[in-house]
Amino acid sequence: MANFLKKTIFKIRLAIQIAFTALSNGYVMGFLKGKIYQGPGKKLCLPGLNCYSCPGALGSCPIGSLQAVLGSPKFQMSFYVVGFFLFTGAILGRVVCGFLCPFGLVQDLLYKIPFFAKRKNMPGHKGLVWIKYVVLALMVVILPMFAVNAYGISDPWFCKYLCPSGTLFGGIPLIATNDGLQQALGGLFIWKMSVLLVLLVWSLWVYRPFCKYLCPLGAIYGWFNPIALSRFQMDKEACIDCKKCKAACPMDIPVYAKPNSAECIKCGKCLQACPTDCIEVALWAKKKDESRDSAES
Amino acid sequence: MKKHKIHPVFWLVAVCGLFFMVFGVWREEIVILYQKAIYICMECIGIG
Repeated sequence: MANFLKKTIFKIRLAIQIAFTALSNGYVMGFLKGKIYQGPGKKLCLPGLNCYSCPGALGSCPIGSLQAVLGSPKFQMSFYVVGFFLFTGAILGRVVCGFLCPFGLVQDLLYKIPFFAKRKNMPGHKGLVWIKYVVLALMVVILPMFAVNAYGISDPWFCKYLCPSGTLFGGIPLIATNDGLQQALGGLFIWKMSVLLVLLVWSLWVYRPFCKYLCPLGAIYGWFNPIALSRFQMDKEACIDCKKCKAACPMDIPVYAKPNSAECIKCGKCLQACPTDCIEVALWAKKKDESRDSAES
Repeated sequence: MKKHKIHPVFWLVAVCGLFFMVFGVWREEIVILYQKAIYICMECIGIG
């Protein structure tokens, strides 16, 4: 199982990314009519940054849902969405980012375009990765909870001012097909389109800049990497300290030292780059004694 | 050092997550979430 996974993980990952994006946004009539799906699926959260105003979306965005509940006058805490994060994070960690996020797929595809000289990260990368935690605390939790109007209702600050997924998957297709929405365009749309364009151009140059520096969902799932079912484990005795894992890692993680870094999106490039197979998915790892026994027999 | 295929804390977090979700459904958070999700979110798409 582990060897099969190692050899085919890139093809499997791209296929899963495309299939999951297509399936979770499979309400085709929404794109044709400029409307959104209103069925019971919207009671469930999707794991990735998938705007619930995408015409095809069959589920809800967990970050949007969290802001909606926190920004309502009735609740100060969303057990449902926090529970969803705990459960999904415990099982998948940032596998969600690497395999199940539509905006992650867009950034992956853009980075493949040979347009700019590519670089893994920005100068000051180690400091910049903390911005996503500030975005999470400020725009997803604190402002929706406390910056409320006279009726106790708050704006979804992250969705309104920063989220590129809403503009790309929700705003553009809806506005293209809905005359009423076209009449309502204004300064906010120009701002959101500017944010989206900056991120799309940035993604041509740097690998997944939104995931690395700005995504609150990635910040949340990153906390679960060390305990998730998807966690990696290192066989330190087999590691020859060649650092090929870090060289291959598009998130620029020293995998030999931090195999379950919060920045790891579980793309699997380190698994393939390792010459001694000392990085393993813990769930599928063979105990060394068992390996030796089977090799001897 | 003993290596676990499944981290011991995994079960605690996963079970807590399930309980939280059930509790959230019981106190009808899902009504607010659903109401937000079935209408076009003007802020999300940049209309305001």
